[in-house]
Amino acid sequence: MRKVSKGIAPSALDRIVAYLENRRAKSMVKIGGLLVLLIVALGLPQVFSDPLTTDVAVLALLYAAAATGWNIFSGFTGYIALGHAVYFGVGSYAIALLAQDWNVPGGYEPFLLVPLAGLIAAAFAVPFGWIALRTRRHTFVVITIATFFIMQLMAYNLRNITNGSAGLSLPLPSYDWGKNFNLPLYSFFNLPFYYVALAILLLALGTAWWIRNSKYGLSLLAIRDDEDRALGLGVKTGPFKLIAFVLSAFFVGMVGAVHAYFQGSIFPPFAFDALFDVSIALMGFMGGLGTLSGPILGAIILVPAQQYSTLWLSDSGFYLIAYGALFLAVILLLPEGIVPTLRKLWLKWRASRSNIQEIPTAVTPTNGNQEDILVAEGPGRRDGVNL
Amino acid sequence: MNLLEARNISKSFGGIRALDACSITVKQGTITGLIGPNGSGKTTLFNIITGYERLDQGDIRFDGQSITNATPDKVFRLGIGRTFQLTRIFPRLTVLENMHVAAQRKGTRALLSRWSSSHEQRRALDLLDFVGITHLKDVPAANLSYGQKKLLEFAYILIAEPQVILLDEPAGGINPTMINHLSERIRMLNERGVTFLVVEHNLEFVMGLCDTVMVLHRGAKIAEGTPEEVRKNPAVLEAYLGD
Repeated sequence: MRKVSKGIAPSALDRIVAYLENRRAKSMVKIGGLLVLLIVALGLPQVFSDPLTTDVAVLALLYAAAATGWNIFSGFTGYIALGHAVYFGVGSYAIALLAQDWNVPGGYEPFLLVPLAGLIAAAFAVPFGWIALRTRRHTFVVITIATFFIMQLMAYNLRNITNGSAGLSLPLPSYDWGKNFNLPLYSFFNLPFYYVALAILLLALGTAWWIRNSKYGLSLLAIRDDEDRALGLGVKTGPFKLIAFVLSAFFVGMVGAVHAYFQGSIFPPFAFDALFDVSIALMGFMGGLGTLSGPILGAIILVPAQQYSTLWLSDSGFYLIAYGALFLAVILLLPEGIVPTLRKLWLKWRASRSNIQEIPTAVTPTNGNQEDILVAEGPGRRDGVNL
Repeated sequence: MNLLEARNISKSFGGIRALDACSITVKQGTITGLIGPNGSGKTTLFNIITGYERLDQGDIRFDGQSITNATPDKVFRLGIGRTFQLTRIFPRLTVLENMHVAAQRKGTRALLSRWSSSHEQRRALDLLDFVGITHLKDVPAANLSYGQKKLLEFAYILIAEPQVILLDEPAGGINPTMINHLSERIRMLNERGVTFLVVEHNLEFVMGLCDTVMVLHRGAKIAEGTPEEVRKNPAVLEAYLGD
């Protein structure tokens, strides 16, 4: 860096310094912002302890975690899976059956079964993913939808295991939870669910962040852009896609397990719910496919909207129509999602202010020794955090 | 020594015989040209060598090892890189990210570490500098001009240090300055020991660059020799101008 700066005019040096400072400042802002968000997330149910609010908050976090998990596969690889309710349902049934067979009492214990339920969902994802991923694009979407219907039918009909449409019930959460805090019970009932959901969300987000910055994640993005080309550059596309698929099923399965315990009972149409398939995809599309914050943003917007509209309009199913209309609107008007669109607007605004061309277009290929000052900075670090 | 050898390759698409017992050899350290009229099977041959198409009959050897019907990723990892006639880059990745996709790593653990590891990063920047598009490193590849995309595709293949590079119409659709720039790079790499097999319609480009030229016609090789010999070969003239 210093060697290079010797020969160049001070104005150029100033520019480099400003550039670096700006970059550092940017990452500081990012980390600071994340910390603030985390503190808000941790404190939220303490401040708004009304169970109606925490109910919605738990669901929002669960959906955010599921959408983030879904995004690890669909967002990064570009394969739109519309059958992840399969893994949500398998996670739900797994925790119910495990709790039943092992006589797990209500309380904190069932939460210990959540990772196991996630693993069982992931195990289901191996054969389903293996079959579905032989196909691409529309065929892939149709096959994932088919797996969903198969599993829903099985839940109805394998009565020995699932108890059919009578459903299964889970142990009741402990009523001792509020005792230590000397507060009324109802304001504490949701808290353990809230923090477990938050933990799953953070785990999913951390995994997505790690993948996004890893060589593996770059390979997934290459698959999204041109799968055959990636294969021809030594990327093991088959196993890579399957691993992402199974990983996303793991997170969705854990969410299904927590959701089942939260609801207390499960039935085939709610464990394997077509609306879930569409919901997490809509959250991903709306927030921004393949971004880290997009699916979370989508969940935070959509879940409360859905809950409150159900509350206002009772169970009329109006929100289903609203959902469909919204999906259509997002695909037509905001195909990139909120986060990428905002990022673009921001770049445009900054470019117009500083009057510096953001994207160099025309260029003559010489030996590359033009005034490429920034090039000489050596192995530049580009934090690929997609916030 | 024959680095790449395809023997008696046949391939049909439905009733059309794209390749008919076609044999070619590429000697180590050469720049070999492959020319022929449209539909003579040049790209099909490329696709078969690099694993994108399965062959009906025949045998392909690379460095003494059979690579018949190997998958594209295996072929690439063995040291055969290729470009496409219609340039294929990753449009939504930045130029630098494009470079890293092709960087090879050994072991599964390496996949979990950052894609922008320092030695790969240095190499990627060196190669971008080599083709002259370093200043575009943070630009999404979709925003590049056609010629720049060709340079990018050429550069990211180099990051894996292939022994042979198959170029499918490298000079197609780009301006004369860029063509000279490209052939200069090809020569420099060739001096460092990289072997090239070049499909091209621009005969001036082929004749000026290649040591050996092979001519395909209707799925079979009809001539082979130095550019001068091929130019004078009546069978070649017949193929290009006749019927």
